[in-house]
Amino acid sequence: MPVARTRAIALVGLAGSVVEVEADLSSQLPAFVIIGLPDTALGEARERVRSAATNAGCALPARRLTVNLSPAALPKHGSAFDLAIAMSCLAAAGTVDAQSVSRFVHLGELGLDGRLRPTHGILPAVHAAVRAGHERVMVPVANAAEARLVPGVEIVAVATLREAVVRHGGRPGPEPVRLGAAVEPHDAAITAVAAPVPEGDLADVIGGEEPIEALLVAAAGGHHLLLTGPPGAGKTMLASRLPGILPDLSAEAALEVASLRSLAGHPVGETLSVRPPFESPHHTASSAAMVGGGSRVIRPGAAARASHGVLFLDEAPEFPARVLDALRQPLESGRISIHRANSVATFPARFQLVLAANPCPCGGGDSPDEGCACPPATKRRYFARISGPLLDRVDLRLWVHRVTPTKLMMDRDRVRDPGASPPVTSREAREKVVRARAAAARRLAGTPWRTNAEMPGPWLRGEGGLHPGSTATRALDLSLERGGVTMRGYDRVLKVAWTIADLDGVERPTGEHVGRALAMRMGAAA
Amino acid sequence: MAHNIELGRRGELVAAEHLEARGMRVVDRNWRCPHGEVDLVLRDGDCTVFVEVKTRTGPAFGHPFEAITAQKLARLRRLALAWCEEHDHPTAQIRIDAVAVHAPAEAPAVVEHLEGIA
Repeated sequence: MPVARTRAIALVGLAGSVVEVEADLSSQLPAFVIIGLPDTALGEARERVRSAATNAGCALPARRLTVNLSPAALPKHGSAFDLAIAMSCLAAAGTVDAQSVSRFVHLGELGLDGRLRPTHGILPAVHAAVRAGHERVMVPVANAAEARLVPGVEIVAVATLREAVVRHGGRPGPEPVRLGAAVEPHDAAITAVAAPVPEGDLADVIGGEEPIEALLVAAAGGHHLLLTGPPGAGKTMLASRLPGILPDLSAEAALEVASLRSLAGHPVGETLSVRPPFESPHHTASSAAMVGGGSRVIRPGAAARASHGVLFLDEAPEFPARVLDALRQPLESGRISIHRANSVATFPARFQLVLAANPCPCGGGDSPDEGCACPPATKRRYFARISGPLLDRVDLRLWVHRVTPTKLMMDRDRVRDPGASPPVTSREAREKVVRARAAAARRLAGTPWRTNAEMPGPWLRGEGGLHPGSTATRALDLSLERGGVTMRGYDRVLKVAWTIADLDGVERPTGEHVGRALAMRMGAAA
Repeated sequence: MAHNIELGRRGELVAAEHLEARGMRVVDRNWRCPHGEVDLVLRDGDCTVFVEVKTRTGPAFGHPFEAITAQKLARLRRLALAWCEEHDHPTAQIRIDAVAVHAPAEAPAVVEHLEGIA
């Protein structure tokens, strides 16, 4: 058959489109032409495919081969098309069964010896193939575990081009090149990176109920959190405990998280992790590192990788203002759109933001005897680096104090005292969070929102009928009257009050809940 | 005669036999002019066919057709016209073909034929 076709997947951001790869064999002088907007890496498939085919014992015919990638207008990048190109050419040449080839989606990069190498983004690619209604995907062995995470698809894993040819009913000639071991899924170094970082337990936190309660409220309501305090007060320690008390991800969310990891070139592992991700970019991060970027292949940044999890910005005022402000769009819409001349990539970015900051440039700030000599203007300027619109979206502001010897002693006494309540562990905290979230989800059933932080203020007070009543909000109303909180701040306090009520398992927030919410809002003077 | 020239002659003989067996008639062999040389000129019905013959004993240097470059094709086109001019031949119907002869030392030769390559 002089024309044969199969399919591959082109990824733009997290969205994949099915690309038809068709090969035409004509009686002309030998040539190998790839058309349909390939980039350089894809254009080089020519050399890889020809060498790999020869070395796999099924050389391409010495005729003119034209490979078209359709739709021709869609830009295509990278080396994952190699296998599809090779199979369509071999089908056109009659080496393999064209029928069989046309039923598969092929993904994978070829080595010159005919080995199949793993590529990035297999998970979203397979997902896209399934969504487009394809049932069979052929992938490199090293990507098989990742591809199998997608339900409802038959994955055929092959180690070499030769094996792929045999799978499609071809009978390759003697193998001119002996292959060593197949390309392993990941070498040891990568697996080591993939091993989950030990999260640390909430029970390790010393320093009283206040920070733990704030963390619980943040987790239960999905509220963004600002931690202010001197260096060494445990801000990073607190923030890193947050993913541990968040509930498990839904299957869909877990797949999305793994897809983003796969796209960013991080190992995904053999099972879908249902734990929320935790990303803590360094404060020298560029905006491309934060939201994603790249000229041809657009890769997700830290904010997208933190989707369904926690984005922790340590030393937040040290981040360039541009980088912080780039987060405003995802905070608003839950998505990041990256525009390039030839395409727009959209990544999900529904993360929970945790900001940590020192109170002033010198870091002392907590009390005069810690030697802070920063004038008030400097402190204000330092904090003003986190722009108003960003800070406005942060519901909880917590002041974290250094652990004093007295606190440490109290903590030690509590451990010794058999009658005292043991410290809250992450597991217990997570159970509380799951219960509170379920209560919020029941209340918000029939609305587009699922957590308290997502509720819009006017809806909360109006249509939703969730105003706790003027007796409960007396202190808050007074604060509004005196200019202590703005109207927006008022709404935020109400949302936090609802989360606290959910955690306590009560029907409606009382005055006490509103008061605690108000305290958490004002916790850091900012 | 050097080995490769001898091989080339043998290949051209095999190619001529193959094409004659397919109903073509040899008009000229190894015609030379200042531009270069045409290996075979044949008549195929009303059409004059100029043939470039490439011979190889094994696959070590690639497929014979791979040795026909764009430059070589351009030269063949000029040669075809020059031949037609010298033989006072109407240029209406001409064709350029390529023939690959695989001639291993110990086995019968295998011929591949591509029509109208330029």
